[in-house]
This record gives sequence, structure tokens and C-alpha cells, in this order.
Amino acid sequence: MMELLREMLSYPFIVRALTGGLLISLCASLLGVSLVLKRYSMIGDGLSHVSFGALSVAVAFGWAPLAVSIPVVAAAAVLLLRITGNGKIKSDAAIAMISAGSLAVGIIVTSLTTGMTTDVSSYMFGSILAMSREDVVLSAVLSLIVLGMFILCYNKVFAVTFDESFARATGVRVSGYNTILAVLTAVTIVLGMRMMGAMLISSLIIFPALTSMRVFKSFSGVILSAGTVSVVCFFIGLVLSYVYSIPAGASVVVVNMGAFGIFSVIQAVRRR
Amino acid sequence: MSQPLLKCEHVDFGYENYDVVKDVSLEICQGDYLCIVGENGSGKSTLMKGLLGLLKPTGGSLMVSDDLKRSGIGYLPQQTPAQKDFPATVQEVVISGCLGKRGNRPFYSKKERETAAVNMERLGITDLRKSCYRDLSGGQKQRTLIARALCATDRLLILDEPITGLDPSTTQDFYRVIRHLNREEQVAVLMVSHDIQNIVVQANKILHLKQSVLFYGSVEDYKQTECGREFLGGGK
Repeated sequence: MMELLREMLSYPFIVRALTGGLLISLCASLLGVSLVLKRYSMIGDGLSHVSFGALSVAVAFGWAPLAVSIPVVAAAAVLLLRITGNGKIKSDAAIAMISAGSLAVGIIVTSLTTGMTTDVSSYMFGSILAMSREDVVLSAVLSLIVLGMFILCYNKVFAVTFDESFARATGVRVSGYNTILAVLTAVTIVLGMRMMGAMLISSLIIFPALTSMRVFKSFSGVILSAGTVSVVCFFIGLVLSYVYSIPAGASVVVVNMGAFGIFSVIQAVRRR
Repeated sequence: MSQPLLKCEHVDFGYENYDVVKDVSLEICQGDYLCIVGENGSGKSTLMKGLLGLLKPTGGSLMVSDDLKRSGIGYLPQQTPAQKDFPATVQEVVISGCLGKRGNRPFYSKKERETAAVNMERLGITDLRKSCYRDLSGGQKQRTLIARALCATDRLLILDEPITGLDPSTTQDFYRVIRHLNREEQVAVLMVSHDIQNIVVQANKILHLKQSVLFYGSVEDYKQTECGREFLGGGK
């Protein structure tokens, strides 16, 4: 086992994928608890498609991918959260619309310019080679912000997640928190999706939260467990991907499914 | 005569450029039990949002007493579907009521944990404090949320259609809890509700709303008025 790890870590690209991936899965799982409980589970999926669209456009025109996609996806995230607030279009419909729309734009732009290059296909299904040094640094900054928010504003995060109207009446700036949540989610998705793949990144947000909710009864318990589960699953997933030469994103998702299964069994045993 | 906790004089509330509620005057003092009734779309929720400070009045004046301003109002919103399977312990939910007083300090102090403990004891849910909110019955959930509201302030409770979805015996239990807080502990209560039959027994003041105030006064007087008789089911 140690032998295997040492061998893996001798490749710089794996070290980058591992560091960046662990940080991103931590962020995704913490944000995910709040998103899942607020019934925004699908937002991750929607945003990853927006991110795909933005990245394809950026690649086609030779712009810096992150500089284009982070603002675009952040704007989409804020927009999606606002739409649920207004209630004219239901949020699930809005997410489906925006995600299909941006996917379509991405595909058209790509086929007109570069054609379906490896770059684009690796955005769809992820590539372990995608993590650059710059991405790792950004992931570190992102996780500092997310952790800072969850530690320093833990009680407000709880209040806003549990009951927006009560939080608003007691003077918490709810829409401010929602915007921060949306922007952080957007950055997490943009950073994570090139490794995990646009089709798979939303699992990092949803799985750890749902898995932890099987077993834990307190909000703090769910948060801590989601973070741990997510990091452990990512690590195992990456090792498996190396050993069996399978795509990293898919392998991480399958490990997360396994964890969900195990926690569900624990829940079933406890109930009896 | 004590200073009113909340006082409206000819207040209008509305969105952008039209007013949903017009010319409402009301006053809530310590120990009052006021119910706002009215048909769907009569502006009850808008008025309540206004009283909670979530909407700015478009006309008239709204006065909030100084200690309510400091602590915020004890509010019991309608339950959302998302809360049904929320993983949080009763303790976590109740203590989140202290949030308004905290400002930006990140963690709860010992005093706030004590406030939460006192309020859980008051509502008889101390035994449940480690239980998960999603495993509670409807009545227990409601008690938890009342305890949370009391953590914000024990001067004024504002309740938004609190008995929606409760079965008859839980409803009676709920009214008992509120009446106890109101009579024994002098908590002022403002309730928006459709449950007119119970309200005329419980409350001491009624405000009947239909865009503007149709009636505002004691329950006794309300039963004598045209709109009161009609709303109570006619011919009484």
C-alpha cells in the first residue's frame, strides 16, 4: 500500500490532482449540505453545464478559460438562486432550461471553430491531467474562504439553511448569504469540473450530504461527516483510478455511491 | 399604562407602486392576544411582513419599542417542506433564535445556551433536546419553533397560521401553550389565522382585514358586528 502511494506521488500531475481534488471535494461537500437542504441539489448539475458552455467559448476564442468561466458561472448561480426567490418559473425548470441552453451554445461554438478536440471531451468526462498549478493555488484559496465561512458564520449558515424567513426576521442578511453561497458554489464547480467532468461534478456536491444525512441527526454532525466522507471518497477514488487506469471522475463517483450504500445499511440496521 | 411594544398609525404596506394593505392602525401592549383574520388575499401576510420589518411602510408610521428593536421579534413562520427532513437537533434549532442578538460574534456564549435551556424547559421539550427535528411529531416541532422564537424575545410572539397541518388534539395543545405564555408570563401574542372558531375563544382582540381594517377591537364587540357574524358562519 505504502509502495503504491509512493509510486503515485512520484508523478507531479497526480500530486496536483490529489491536492486540488481533496480541497475541492471538501468545499463541495460543505456547500453541498446547505444546497441539498435548501432543495437546490440540481444547481450543481446546471452550473456544470453552464461552465462547459463558457469553457468551450473560451477555448474557441483562445481566452483564458478560468477568467471567462468563473464570472459567467457565478452570474448564472446568482440568477438561479434569485429565480427560486421570485417563483415565476420553478427552480427545477429554470435549471433544466439554463443547463441545456448553455450546453447547446457550447456544442455549436465548438463544432464551428475547433471541432470536438480532446480539450472539450475532457471537460465532459474529466481528466486527471487537467489540474494545473494555478488551479491548485485557486483551490487552496477557495477552501480557505469556504472553511472560514463555515467556521466563523456557522450559526448563520445554519439559520439561513433551516429557515430563511425566521433568519430574515431576526436581522440576518439572508440574500447576502445566498449570494456568497452561489458564488462559492460556482467557483468550486468551475475548478472541479475539468478533473471530474461536467457530467459528474455535481455528485461531489450531492453525495456526501445525502450520505451523511442517512446516519447523523444534528446539523453539525452532518457537516463534519460530509466533509470527511467526501475527502476519504475522493482519495480512494483517485487511488482506484490509478490502479485500474479508469477515469478519475467516474471512479470517485462510484466510491461515493459505495459510501452512500454503506451509510444506508447502517441506518437500516439502527432502525431495527 | 405600559408603553406599547408595537404601534401602527395609518400604515400602508405594499410592493413597488401599489399598496396591498391600507390605513392600518393597531397597537400591541404587554399581555395582549391579538388575532388578524381575513380571507385569502386580504393582505394578512403582507401586514405581517411589514410588522416584522421585512417590508418598509409606504405610508403612515410604524413604531417599535426600544427593547424589541434590540432583540428582534419572536417569529414563528409557516413550516417549509424543506424542514420536514432537516437533520438538526432540537437544541440546535432552539438556540438559533438567539442569533439576532449576536451581531457578528461567531459562537454562542454560555448565557445564550442557558436561554435556550430555559426556553426548552418552558415548553417541556428538554428531554427532546438531542432528538432530531425531522423525527418529531407536528406538535413537538411547533413547540421547538416556539422555544426558538422565545429565545429571540419573550415580549412579543408573531405567529403565522401556526395550526396549519396540526390535528385537532395537537391544535388544542398548541393553544394551551400559547395561552399559558400569554396569561402567566405576559407574552404579547399576534397571530394570523383562519381558525376563527378557536380564535374567538382564545384571543382578546381581533383585527379583521380586507385590504383595510374592517374591524379592530375586542372579541366581544366583534361578535356583534356584521362582518364578525358573517365570518363566524352567519346567523349566530
